[in-house]
Amino acid sequence: MAILVVAEHNNATLGAATLNTVTAAQKIGGDIHVLVAGAGCGAVAEAAAKVAGVSKVLVADNAAYANQLPENVAPLIAELGKGYSHVLAAATTNGKNFLPRVAALLDVDQISEIIAVESADTFKRPIYAGNAIATVQSSAAVKVITVRGTGFDAAAAEGGSAAVEQVSGAGDAGKSAFVGEELAKSDRPELTAAKIVVSGGRGMQNGDNFKLLYSLADKLGAAVGASRAAVDAGFVPNDMQVGQTGKIVAPQLYVAVGISGAIQHLAGMKDSKVIVAINKDEEAPIFQVADYGLVADLFEAVPELENLV
Amino acid sequence: MKVLVAVKRVVDYNVKVRVKADNSGVDLANVKMSMNPFCEIAVEEAVRLKEKGVATEIVVVSIGPNTAQEQLRTALALGADRAILVESNDELNSLAVAKVLKAVVEKEQPQLVIMGKQSIDSDNNQTGQMLGALTGMPQGTFASKVEVTGDKVNVTREIDGGLQTVALNLPAIVTTDLRLNEPRYASLPNIMKAKKKPLDVVTPDALGVSTASSVKTLKVEAPAARSAGIKVKSVAELVEKLKNEAKVI
Repeated sequence: MAILVVAEHNNATLGAATLNTVTAAQKIGGDIHVLVAGAGCGAVAEAAAKVAGVSKVLVADNAAYANQLPENVAPLIAELGKGYSHVLAAATTNGKNFLPRVAALLDVDQISEIIAVESADTFKRPIYAGNAIATVQSSAAVKVITVRGTGFDAAAAEGGSAAVEQVSGAGDAGKSAFVGEELAKSDRPELTAAKIVVSGGRGMQNGDNFKLLYSLADKLGAAVGASRAAVDAGFVPNDMQVGQTGKIVAPQLYVAVGISGAIQHLAGMKDSKVIVAINKDEEAPIFQVADYGLVADLFEAVPELENLV
Repeated sequence: MKVLVAVKRVVDYNVKVRVKADNSGVDLANVKMSMNPFCEIAVEEAVRLKEKGVATEIVVVSIGPNTAQEQLRTALALGADRAILVESNDELNSLAVAKVLKAVVEKEQPQLVIMGKQSIDSDNNQTGQMLGALTGMPQGTFASKVEVTGDKVNVTREIDGGLQTVALNLPAIVTTDLRLNEPRYASLPNIMKAKKKPLDVVTPDALGVSTASSVKTLKVEAPAARSAGIKVKSVAELVEKLKNEAKVI
């Protein structure tokens, strides 16, 4: 029994989420092979070969795989996947995009966003915005699964010495084309990987006031997130959104500032180790999940907090 | 062109669901049900395409119990032209739903299929992508902007680091993200008119689709509850607790 993990990458560096997926694969048990599908992705393959626990790296280097368009990569992964007991990918926007397409090509159900491995065929996953945890069992010949990064520790990025093997696929399906990308620039840690996250909500009142949070975050070495209300109001770009429809984070410390704590927001952060809420409304639902709550005006509390840490 | 929109009846997003005592699932008896929020956005986008003269007919489809007719009537009130209910009382997995939709697509031959990126009950985020694989159509998932030009559709997608734009050959599938649009409300006259619009009811069997699944749910549990926290009086006390008690800074 061998497991195929599809690497998350940008053709230059291996995505951190791949390491969590490898850990999930180790819990299932079996040889772990990593597929790097991209263009000019040799450095990614080298990095993948060094990940502890990986026994083989498959590289499909083709211009058609450069942006991992699902129409092009799904047939490649499905064809390779037939020889494996499990095909895994990180539950990133990229993994969520191509993997269900792979599952349907293999004519099997997919299990989305697992947070725990019970056995080789049984997994736990959250449903209803994290308000219930389902234990599901698959009898599919190939089990196709996306892995929630925050549910598993990262595998060691060094220590492995896997063999690298070239594979080829059909290439361009001729149905879609990459037009362009607009990536948000940030020097702060990546939201989903940060140890500390400071998030702002509607209570921030405008985009300029987020400077208060950026300044606190820089002092703490934290990433900055936001609630949907803050994104919809145009305070910050949407890739900062934490929640059911945004990113799922589970840092050591999550500081919610001016966030009421709607179900959909809690779905994205309630697995954080310590939650701090700063809100002037003492009835806000966020206080029901916060380890430490401070009922105060954020415009006074946040600068004071920055001074004291 | 013809646009097919898929909608799902789900527990209303404001409801705090409870897990049943026997761990067989969540308790949906006497709970308010609504159209999945992402599906509302899909319907709205189709209606806007029609208002721009891009779409000529909007067919809305739902797969579920007889009561899902309510959600189809809502879609008709919002501007869809006719509706199809594929009636099934079983809880279908995404692959089964995608197979049913494939049969509907073959019959209706839409140029564009619009659906939500995920339903807020199962949180799967699979059906649109699976329908893409089964029909061979390209997919534009997590769309925040959709522009039809000639025989192509340009879709701007919300990805982890920002936005990505792809060009898809028609016919294509688009799944909606929250920022694609703000859905309108149905007006009373439109709700009345919607009652007269056609709504066909078929079954998966009649479409020749097997809805068997390889995944079964063994149990459903409530998530581990967080232990009750405390309220601190001052920022100084908060910092002291974070440093010495929680040891996180």
